Amino acid sequence: MKKGRFGEFGGQYVPETVMNAVSELEEAYNRYKDDGDFKAELRRLYNEYANRPSLLYYAENMTKDLGGAKIYIKREDLNHTGAHKVNNCLGQILLAKKMGKKRIIAETGAGQHGVATAMVCALFGLECVVYMGEEDTKRQSLNVYRMELCGAKVVPVKSGTCTLKDAINEAMRDWCTNIENTFYCIGSVMGPHPYPTMVRDFQKIIGEEIKEQMLAAEGRLPDAVVACVGGGSNAMGAFYEFIEDKEVRLIGAEAAGRGIDTPDTAATLSNGSLGIFHGMKSVFLQDEYGQIAPVYSISAGLDYPGIGPEHAWLHSTGRAEYVAVTDEEAVSAFEYMARTEGIIPAIESAHAVAAALKAAPSMKGKIMVINLSGRGDKDVYSVARYRGKDISEQ
Amino acid sequence: MMGRDIMNRIDRKFNQLREENKKALITFITAGDPDMDTTVETVLEMYSSGADIVELGVPFSDPIAEGVTIQESSLRSLKGGTTLDRIFEAVERIRAKTDEPLVLMMYLNTIFVYGCGKFFEKCSAYGVDGVIVPDMPYEEREEILPYSKKYGVYNINLVSPASHDRIKRIAADSEGFLYCVSSNGVTGVRSEYKTDFDSFFGLVREYAKCPQCVGFGISGPEQAKKMSSYCDGVIVGSAIVRIMAEKGRDSAVPVGEFVGSLRDGIK
Repeated sequence: MKKGRFGEFGGQYVPETVMNAVSELEEAYNRYKDDGDFKAELRRLYNEYANRPSLLYYAENMTKDLGGAKIYIKREDLNHTGAHKVNNCLGQILLAKKMGKKRIIAETGAGQHGVATAMVCALFGLECVVYMGEEDTKRQSLNVYRMELCGAKVVPVKSGTCTLKDAINEAMRDWCTNIENTFYCIGSVMGPHPYPTMVRDFQKIIGEEIKEQMLAAEGRLPDAVVACVGGGSNAMGAFYEFIEDKEVRLIGAEAAGRGIDTPDTAATLSNGSLGIFHGMKSVFLQDEYGQIAPVYSISAGLDYPGIGPEHAWLHSTGRAEYVAVTDEEAVSAFEYMARTEGIIPAIESAHAVAAALKAAPSMKGKIMVINLSGRGDKDVYSVARYRGKDISEQ
Repeated sequence: MMGRDIMNRIDRKFNQLREENKKALITFITAGDPDMDTTVETVLEMYSSGADIVELGVPFSDPIAEGVTIQESSLRSLKGGTTLDRIFEAVERIRAKTDEPLVLMMYLNTIFVYGCGKFFEKCSAYGVDGVIVPDMPYEEREEILPYSKKYGVYNINLVSPASHDRIKRIAADSEGFLYCVSSNGVTGVRSEYKTDFDSFFGLVREYAKCPQCVGFGISGPEQAKKMSSYCDGVIVGSAIVRIMAEKGRDSAVPVGEFVGSLRDGIK
C-alpha cells in the first residue's frame, strides 16, 4: 500500500503552508514510535496517569437479560479524563514535547478530546488552545469549564454549522498561521497522513488489552468487538489488533441522528460518498457538488460529516461492518446501561451499546466486547432534556 | 475549444507584460456573491480597470485556507444557490465579452466530486485558463494533473514562507505563474508581515520557471507597490471582497475604482 494510504483512502490533502509540518511530524513519529525510551515513558504515563490498563468487565446482568452473547465491556470510561481520548493525547503531546513544540492546539466535539488535551498540556506545562463549535460549547458547557480549569483557552467557533467540522477548519487555520511553533493534536484517526496511522497506533492499546484480557478470562478471542464511530479513533483502537483475526466480527456504530432517511443524520458510511476533505480522501456526507453537508446527532462527539480513512477501507473491503444508530436508540441504550449495570456511558458510547443490544440476542454461545469509550456524566443533562426533564441547578 | 497547441492566455498575458515592462495585477472575487450578474459585471469592470488576470473563487462550504472575509463571502454565495455549473455559465458570459485570462480558485473536493475529466473538459470548453487549488499540495497533484494537462488548463502551484526546501520542486513545476503566499496563515488583510521577503523571493526566483506573483494580505495600492518590487505581479482578494460585502449589487463601479488605484500603484 502507498505511504499514508489505506487502499485508495487517506493521503495528505493540506495547504502547502503546513506540508513541512506534516513531514516533520511524520519523521518525528517514525523516529520515536519504536524508540525504547519513548515507549517506556508513554507506558508509564498510560499506567500511572491515565489508569491503564482499563478493565474488561463481564456484564452479567446484560448477558442474562439479553439471553444471547456473553457480553464484556471494555471500560475506557474509567480512564483519567473520562474517555479513551487520553491515550492519544498522551502519545501526541509527549511527541510534541520531544519535538520542542511549546503550543498545542486541538479541536473538540463533545469536549472529551479537548478535556484530555487540556489535562495533558497542564501536566506537561504547555500552552493549550482548543477550538470548539459554538453549538457544542452550549451542549457541553461542563467540558468547557473543565478545560478552562486546566488552563486551556477554549475558542468558540462561530462559522459554518458551529460544530466539530468547523472546529477542525478553525484549528487548521490556526495551524497555517502559527506553523513554526504549534503542534496540532488531532483527536481522531483522521486528517492528513500521518495522523490516521499515528492516532490509531496511540489507541491500539485498547484492542491489545482486550485480546490479552479476553484470553485470560475466556482462553479465546471474542466473536465480536463493537465500538461507536465518529471520526473513529476508539473503534480503530479496539479493532486494529483483531483485523488479522478474521473470525472476529468488527462492528462500528455510526450516529443516524433522527434517521438515515432524514437530513438530520451523521451516518457517513450509510449515506456518504467518496470525497477529499480535512486532509484525507475518505467517505463524506456531501451534496452532488461536493459541498460538505450539515450533519446532526444528539452526540456532539459523533456529529462529524466524515470518517477516518482506515474505517473507509475496512468498510470497502467488508472487514468491518457499520450500522447506524438513531438518537432514540442511543438514549434508550444509555438508560438501559445505567439501569442494568449501573454504568452511565457517554452518549457516543451508548451508540455502541445500542448496536450491541441489537446484535447480542442472536449470538447465543458467542462472546461480544463493547468498547465503552467514555463516561456519560457530561451527557446527563442533554439526555434529561431529550426526555423532557429539566434538571438544571438553580 | 482551446487545445494544447494554442498558447494559454496566461502565457500570452505575461509575454505581453514583459514586453511592456509591467507587473501583473491579479484580482479575486467570489463567484456568485452577491449574485452571478454582479459577478459577470464586476469581472469585466476589473479587466477594463487594469486587472491582467481574474481569479474567480468557487465557493466551498468549508474553506480552510480562507480568512473571515472570504469565508463569509463563500457562504453568501452558496446561500444564493451558486453551483459549479452556474459558474461555468458565468464564465461563458464573461468569455463572450473578453479574451483576458481567467482562473478558478477552488478546493479539491469540488473538482473531485464533479469528476476531474468532466471538470477540465468544461474549463477548456468555456475558457478557464488555470486552476489554483489551495488544499492540493505538490505531492497530491496527480489527482488532477492527467486531466488538466489533457485539456490544456494550467495547475498553478502555491509556495509559502514555510515551504523552505520544498520551494525548489514546487516552483519548477508550476504552470502559468507561481502563487507565492506572502506569509503563513489564511487569506485576509494583514497589518504587517513577518516574512523575510529577500530570502523567500530569492529562493523562489532561483527555481521558478514561470512568473512569480505574490498574494495573501495585500490591502491597497501602497502595499501592492511594495510587494510587486519582489516579483512579477501581485494578487489582491480579500480587500476587493470586502468592498463587495459592503456594496453588494452595486459593486462593479467601486471595485473598478479600487482596481484602478491598484493598477496605478504598481505601474
